Amino acid sequence: MLEAKDISVTYNGLIAVAGASITVNKGEIVCVAGANGAGKSSLLKAMVGMERPKTGSVKFDGEELVGIAPHLITAKGLAYVPENRRLFPRLSVRDNLRLGSYMYRSKADREAPLDMVFTLFPRLQERLDQRANTLSGGEQQMLAISRALMTRPRLLMLDEPSQGIMPKLVDEIFQAVTTIRDTGMTILIVEQRLTECLEISDRAYVLQTGRVTMSGSAAEISANPDVRRAYLGL
Amino acid sequence: MTAAIIIQSLASGLLMGLLYGLIAVGLALIFGLMDVTNFAHGEFLMFAMYITFFCFSFFALDPLLSAPITAAVLFAFGAMVYMLIVRFAMRAKTNVGMVQIFATFGLAIVMRGLAQLFFTPDYRSIPTTWLGGKTISFAGIYLPAPQLAGGAVSILAFALLWVLIKRTDFGKALEATREDAGAVALVGIDRNKVFALGWGLGSALVGLAGAIMASFFYIYPDVGASFALIAYVTVALGGFGSVFGAFAGGIVVGLVEATTAMVLPPSLKSVGIYAVYLLVVFFRPRGLFGSI
Repeated sequence: MLEAKDISVTYNGLIAVAGASITVNKGEIVCVAGANGAGKSSLLKAMVGMERPKTGSVKFDGEELVGIAPHLITAKGLAYVPENRRLFPRLSVRDNLRLGSYMYRSKADREAPLDMVFTLFPRLQERLDQRANTLSGGEQQMLAISRALMTRPRLLMLDEPSQGIMPKLVDEIFQAVTTIRDTGMTILIVEQRLTECLEISDRAYVLQTGRVTMSGSAAEISANPDVRRAYLGL
Repeated sequence: MTAAIIIQSLASGLLMGLLYGLIAVGLALIFGLMDVTNFAHGEFLMFAMYITFFCFSFFALDPLLSAPITAAVLFAFGAMVYMLIVRFAMRAKTNVGMVQIFATFGLAIVMRGLAQLFFTPDYRSIPTTWLGGKTISFAGIYLPAPQLAGGAVSILAFALLWVLIKRTDFGKALEATREDAGAVALVGIDRNKVFALGWGLGSALVGLAGAIMASFFYIYPDVGASFALIAYVTVALGGFGSVFGAFAGGIVVGLVEATTAMVLPPSLKSVGIYAVYLLVVFFRPRGLFGSI
C-alpha cells in the first residue's frame, strides 16, 4: 500500500535520514522503532509531505507522493498524527473533530467515523465542549488520533503516540490502535517504546542514524539479541 | 454647551466610529489570521472609493447600489494580492517580518502612484446621491442619512462576519488556521486557500467601508493614509488579532474623536485618539480585547 524508497532528509546539511526504505502492506500494523534522533519523525514527515526529501520516492497505492502538497496527501487517504499532536488548542474537542471531516460535504460522510471514535475513546464524548488545550496529555493524543480518523484515511500514521502520556493511557492507546486496524485500516507507528509497539505490530523496522538497520516480523525483531540488548534492556 | 449638542456630537462620533471599526476589522482579520500587517490597507480603501466614484460617474450607479460591486472587486483584489505578493513574501528565508512589511508597504506606494497617474491628484466627490443632503431626526438629534446608512451597513457587515466566523465550517477553518497554519493540512485544508479567502474577506470589508465613505468624503490618491493610520491605532487599541476588539475599538475611536472635537479646536481632533491609544498601550499593552 505504501512504499517509501531510498528516502533521505537533510536539515541545513545535517543528515537526518540517509536512504531509508520501508513498505507497509494493506491491513498491517508496522512499527518503525529507533532511539531519539534516529530519524524516525523525519522519515514520517517526508512521507506525508511535511518535509521535502532530498532523494527518494514515496508511492501510495502506486501514486507518487513526493512533491504533492500535504493537504492533498491527506485527501488521498493518508492521515498523519504528528509527534506534538498539533491540535487546534483553543478550539473545542467538538470543533477539532468537525475540522477532521472538513473535506467531506454530506452530513452522513462527516459523521460516519464518530461512532468508532466515541467507542474507542468514550472520554472524548464527555469533553466535547472543552477546549483542546485543557485536556490531559493522553486525552490530547486520543483527540489527535480521532481527528485523523475523521478524515477517513486508509493509512494512519502515528508519530510517538506514547510520548508524554501516563502508562495506563499508553496501553489504552495501543489497544485502540489494534481496534482501529481491525476495522480494516492500515497503520504505521513510529515509536521509541519498542516493547509495547512490537506487541501490537505485525512487522517492524529498526532505524539507526537515519538508516534501516533491521527489519522483519515483530517476532523476529523482538527475538533478535541485539535488539533485546539495545532496546528492551534484556 | 448644551446636552443636545453633546448627544449630537456623540451620535455623529458613533456613526464615524462604526466606519473606523469596519476598516479596522478588515485589517485585524488578516493580521489575526497570519500575523501579516497589510500596510496597503489605506490604499485598498482609496481603491474602493475610486471604484464607487467611477461606478457613479460612468454608470450613474448610486453608492448604495455599487457597494456590493465594490466589495466583490476588493474581495478578488485582496485574494489576488495574497496569491501574487504576500504568499511569496512569506517564503523569505530570513527576516520574514521585514520582507512582509516592505512587500505591502511597496504595494501601497505603487497603488498610490498608479492612482495619481491614472486618476490624477484632483479631489473628486460624488455630488448627488439618493441619501445625500437628507437628514433623519430622532429625539432632537439630526443625523445625516448617508452616515446613518453607513453605520447600519457596518453593523450588518460585522454581524455577518461574526456569524461566518462563529457558525460556519469555513469560520472554523479560519480559526484553526490562525491557531496553527501548519496543522490544517492534517485535516486536508489548503492553508493558502484559507489565507487567500482571509485576504479577500478583509479586503471586502474595507471595500464596503470605502463604498460608504465615497458618498461623503473627498476622493483622492492619498485619502487612505489618514484612515489607515487610525485603523492601525484601532487594531492596537482593540487588541491585536481580535476582530471583535477591532470593531469595538473603532467605535471607541469615533466617540473619542467626537469628544475631543467638542473641547479642542477641530485641527486637534486626533489628539484625543492618540492620547487614549497611549494610555491603553501603557496600561494594557495587549489592547482592550486582546488575548495575547
